[in-house]
Amino acid sequence: MPHITYIEPNGTAKTYDLPLGASLMEGAVQNGVNGIVAECGGSCMCATCHIYVDDAFLSQLPEMEEEENEMLDSATSERRPNSRLGCQVRATPKVEGLIVRIPSVQ
Amino acid sequence: MKKVVIIGAGHGGVQAATSLRDMGFEGTIQLIADEAHLPYQKPPLSKGFLNGKQTVENLLFRNANYYAEHHIEVIVGEKIEAIQLHNQTVTSSTGHTFEYDYLILATGARNRELPKAIASNALYLRSMSDAQQLKLALDVVESVAVVGGGFIGLEVAASAAEAGKQVTVLEVQNRLMARVLPPVLSEVFLKKHQEMGVNVQLNATVSAEALAEFDLVVVGIGVVPNQELAQEAGIECQNGVLVNEYQQTSVSNVYAIGDCASHYNRFAGKQCRLESVQNAVDQAKIAAAHICEKTQPYDAVPWFWTNQFDLKLQMAGINSDYDSYAFRGDLVANKFSIFYFKENKLVAVDSLNRPADHLAARKLIQAGITPTKEQVEDATLKLITS
Repeated sequence: MPHITYIEPNGTAKTYDLPLGASLMEGAVQNGVNGIVAECGGSCMCATCHIYVDDAFLSQLPEMEEEENEMLDSATSERRPNSRLGCQVRATPKVEGLIVRIPSVQ
Repeated sequence: MKKVVIIGAGHGGVQAATSLRDMGFEGTIQLIADEAHLPYQKPPLSKGFLNGKQTVENLLFRNANYYAEHHIEVIVGEKIEAIQLHNQTVTSSTGHTFEYDYLILATGARNRELPKAIASNALYLRSMSDAQQLKLALDVVESVAVVGGGFIGLEVAASAAEAGKQVTVLEVQNRLMARVLPPVLSEVFLKKHQEMGVNVQLNATVSAEALAEFDLVVVGIGVVPNQELAQEAGIECQNGVLVNEYQQTSVSNVYAIGDCASHYNRFAGKQCRLESVQNAVDQAKIAAAHICEKTQPYDAVPWFWTNQFDLKLQMAGINSDYDSYAFRGDLVANKFSIFYFKENKLVAVDSLNRPADHLAARKLIQAGITPTKEQVEDATLKLITS
């Protein structure tokens, strides 16, 4: 089960062992990581689980669908090349050790 | 030390507990759920859970550690049966008593049911156990009748059709989702369901005879608010528990939030209950803030969504009263938004597979900014500059 490290907006790092198949959003919210809102509960509806993914892992993640791409354009914090929505990225063996940074506002 | 008791552990109840801690509340928090599960999210029950993409674990709001670390006592499987205002306690069906300084009613709503004479074995969908039962039943039947062409009914119909079932939707009105959608969107959803093999019967007569020919009957014909607890305690109710802009009921240390709360909503322009995640979550924050003496009135733009097949509809604001509208996007490709105006003011936007429009719409309506129809219709133009 992959270990994911979340860096909260204030710089606090929290690492959790996520079940395979869980989304990075679920891992954050269920454990109480600050800064991920996920007001729609993971339906790719709200762009409030915006995360910045460690560049080293970008190529390991599945390509984003058009919907996620459009939502990210409307996210409150600045969109960067490594922006993803946490609800659309799942914990797989390939992301062991992944570090994600959480923007200051959602 | 102050004590908060929250009755109901859906979106509203859980958010209230979380927000209280986030806002620095230091007293005790008891979150009481009548179901046996750790609190979970209901919206996916008719969508991802039914089609097997999500499991119980995916739907939990928080894990057990979270509640322990935040000193939120989650009490599962306790049904609260009475509120005693005089000594500030509530009692459960198993005889337990809980004391409160502040009580938050997040009791939600329950399904409206068809008379037993019409549908004696029908399934309804509200809770996890309803969904599990429905999922099992869907595995072993061929034909399914869905009574009610609203959000829940149509989401179930879509999930069942995707699972290869022969689905018939029976809707008594002359179009789908008529309470919340304009005819043009009802038509888009009708066509999609038909294209995916769903037999949609409008102006339908729902009778025991009509339902007898199906292996399984699922009913989604709306909900009624769970207000009896409040009512029996003498708290004012009228189609829901009446609340002010701080979510206080007629008893000042008793709050009501979410589906069960009847409030004046300026975006709807009337007293109403809203059955949505947004309303439950935002009202929970208002109640928590009031308890923490960080008072602010409820003033959030309502928003809703539904997913059926590849159609994702997001609604911002309340579109029940408008005098003109404008389209944005591509009607043929089912990627468009409808902007509704009343007296030249933007009041609501429905976005079909246009998520960016939806997010922009929420910001525009909240801020009271009205784009011109020309701006709306020019899809190359950004509606919001961040």
